[in-house]
Amino acid sequence: MKEVPAGPAAAEMEEKKNLTPKERLQIPTQVMREQEPGERIRNVKEVPFGYTDDQAKIEASRCLQCKKAPCVAGCPVSIDIPAFIKYIHEGDYKNAVHTIKNTNILPAICGRVCPQEEQCQKGCVVGKSLGGTDKAVQIGKLERFVADWEMSQGKADPPAIKPATGKRVAIVGSGPAGLTVAADVRREGHEVTVFEALHKPGGVLIYGIPEFRLPKAIVMREVENLKAMGVEMKYNMVIGNIHSVDELFAAGYDAAFVATGAGLPMFMRIDGENLNGVYSANEFLTRANLMKAYSFPATDTPIARSKNVAVFGGGNVAMDSARTALRLGAENVYLVYRRSKTEMPARIEEVHHAEQEGVQFLLLQNPLRIVGDDKGWVKQVECIKMELGEPDDSGRRRPVPIEGSEYMLEVDTCIVAIGNSSNPLIPDTTPDIETNKWGNIIVQEATMKTSKKGVFAGGDIVLGAATVILAMGQGRIAAAAINEYLATGKW
Amino acid sequence: MNRIIEKEFITPEVFRMRIEAPEIAAKRKAGQFIILRVAEEGERIPLTIADGSAGEGWIELVVQIVGKTTKLLSMLEAGGSILDLVGPLGKPTHIENVGTVVVVGGGVGIAPAHPIAQAMKKAGNRVISILGGRNRDLVIMEKQMKAASDRVMITTDDGSYGMKGLVTDAIQKLIDEGLKINLVVAVGPPIMMKFVSLLTKKYEIPTLVSLNTIMVDGTGMCGACRVSVGSKTKFVCVDGPEFDAHQVDFDGMMQRQKMYQVQEKEAMENLKK
Ligand SMILES: Cc1cc2nc3c(=O)[nH]c(=O)nc-3n(C[C@H](O)[C@H](O)[C@H](O)COP(=O)(O)OP(=O)(O)OC[C@H]3O[C@@H](n4cnc5c(N)ncnc54)[C@H](O)[C@@H]3O)c2cc1C
Ligand code: FES
Repeated sequence: MKEVPAGPAAAEMEEKKNLTPKERLQIPTQVMREQEPGERIRNVKEVPFGYTDDQAKIEASRCLQCKKAPCVAGCPVSIDIPAFIKYIHEGDYKNAVHTIKNTNILPAICGRVCPQEEQCQKGCVVGKSLGGTDKAVQIGKLERFVADWEMSQGKADPPAIKPATGKRVAIVGSGPAGLTVAADVRREGHEVTVFEALHKPGGVLIYGIPEFRLPKAIVMREVENLKAMGVEMKYNMVIGNIHSVDELFAAGYDAAFVATGAGLPMFMRIDGENLNGVYSANEFLTRANLMKAYSFPATDTPIARSKNVAVFGGGNVAMDSARTALRLGAENVYLVYRRSKTEMPARIEEVHHAEQEGVQFLLLQNPLRIVGDDKGWVKQVECIKMELGEPDDSGRRRPVPIEGSEYMLEVDTCIVAIGNSSNPLIPDTTPDIETNKWGNIIVQEATMKTSKKGVFAGGDIVLGAATVILAMGQGRIAAAAINEYLATGKW
Repeated sequence: MNRIIEKEFITPEVFRMRIEAPEIAAKRKAGQFIILRVAEEGERIPLTIADGSAGEGWIELVVQIVGKTTKLLSMLEAGGSILDLVGPLGKPTHIENVGTVVVVGGGVGIAPAHPIAQAMKKAGNRVISILGGRNRDLVIMEKQMKAASDRVMITTDDGSYGMKGLVTDAIQKLIDEGLKINLVVAVGPPIMMKFVSLLTKKYEIPTLVSLNTIMVDGTGMCGACRVSVGSKTKFVCVDGPEFDAHQVDFDGMMQRQKMYQVQEKEAMENLKK
């Protein structure tokens, strides 16, 4: 991919308003400038800088404005993608942002963390014609560009709020699902309180996804916008402990939305998992992000000073852990994944970035046990090599261990990033909210209604560990249903 | 922000702090804890609730200065406030009338043992409390414990107060007296709980211990607090903090407590500078 120099060439391109599709297909994909790998692993600042004005317009001119837009079909919240791209091409960034915000209130976040290659960019006709999703119109980067543009314009105008209804809605959890519902329900004129267990809002966006991928200032800004709309944020409130859901109703709330996420880390149940130096990815990332352990001792929360780190897993969480470990000063970071690279669930961009930064991928390998030294610290991890066998239930070829291929990897830190299951606090304290065998809350998909009257749920607590955009998508459905329920009183 | 109502040093290293927290005070039960943060870049530390009044809307903590955060906390005065305070966390002590309950508190562990003794007494149990400390100064809250118990025994390592010896010696004495003990609840340093557990296991006396592991969120999200109980991994913040002592892997737990020893020392030294 070659970057087209901004300047005369760009201006020329711009002038041609009526490019033929063939001409459009010849315009090269625009690449965001990034911090150099060697430099960026020594800081926690965001890796890509974002498009320049010219780049954004050029990239926008690659869009064919398809009538039956496959990109929109691929977007979980059906953003009118051709329309917003057209606005960018015309330099009307304000309308571009508004178009996105009609269906997605967090574009600066989604532009950065959505798996576009699996969603909007997957069906893109440009990408298909050129033979790869990496050549598709860079919809996510354009989304990010206009969202950042809006932020650079100072305070966003809070949306209009309808007259007060006197109805109150309690939202439990301030991740993307909770924040989405807060906005949509507040707009309708209802009073909204968000209860968050931690001392800061944002859920995974704050404690999990690292600063170098999603600057925390962006998340805080979105929360400030909600506050400006009159949403009340209450931190340090663990619902289930301080108040049960029933007590919220007794205290005068008319409806509740449960968005407590999938914050229960899974371990591998292998020997040595409780040794010193073994972390769940959640703990490692929370220490680093939420508690800013990367600045210890200027900040107070410590984290291991690791030299050799093994991360187990192949998703975004694993990539984030591995790249965070590098930034904390590790010399060798191994990513141990039991399948091959094509099966990795992580966003492609994260895999590229991790490789560039020097994360060592140990593919088709699986940890068997963690071995400690005489003081109870991690010393080694025993791994076994795998090969791909017959397809399993998920359609992916099942990895099978190769007998006799065991070997020892010298490490002082292990990070387990094999997934999260759902947080049981609410279901445990509200038995009339039904859950499935994995502990996820059961909802009616069209409304996100749970089995308990007045209670809706969405995001990872319903989906299991999923994505930001799916959490938001469920939030939108729930918000519409909550507004309807409060207006009609019909369950 | 929660306002500090009172602060008082009980010993040079241990202080009592009463904090305005009406919602927590209304909800908390014996055995539960809070997590707090004292500064914007501060860490989150768990502390067991020692006392509280739902009517007056406060909770009380008894804290031993062991690291930077407890030191910073000790420097706050009445009228000041706590930046972040979350609770009540963890499962409450299971309170039931079982007959005779021995409540063991070691050092600052006496503070969280106090509401347990109170609740056990209220449930109709005969409560015998054993308070242990290295020396006389470290035996705190004797008066309150006396009010909550039918009998109080005191042990000090150096014999400066009560009987010379360890809390286990006091338990042994009760057993030798022929007393039928239905339950032991022990709160204190891990090593004390371990030896209490070893002793009561020998006599097959059901025993509960309250664990105070390293924590971050306190909601079951991170696993920092995990400990092996009956060879299953449990999260102290949500599955505990109380567990069947005879199932707890105390050695593993004590090892994990040392995870940040080096960094904690550094932080303390920096603070002194
Ligand atoms: C490290 C990491 C990287 C990720 N990367 C990506 C990515 O690149 N792209 C992507 O799309 N997705 C990614 N995900 C997944 C994505 O972050 C989640 O799917 C999404 O955040 C789910 O949103 P949510 O609102 O359902 O829950 P969460 O974001 O989990 O928020 C739940 C909130 O509820 C709070 N809470 C829990 N229990 C209670 C209670 N009892 N009372 C009060 N509050 C409570 C929690 O503290 C938390 O703040 C990643 C996840 C992780 C962990
Ligand atoms: S402290 Fe994080 S899970 Fe217990």
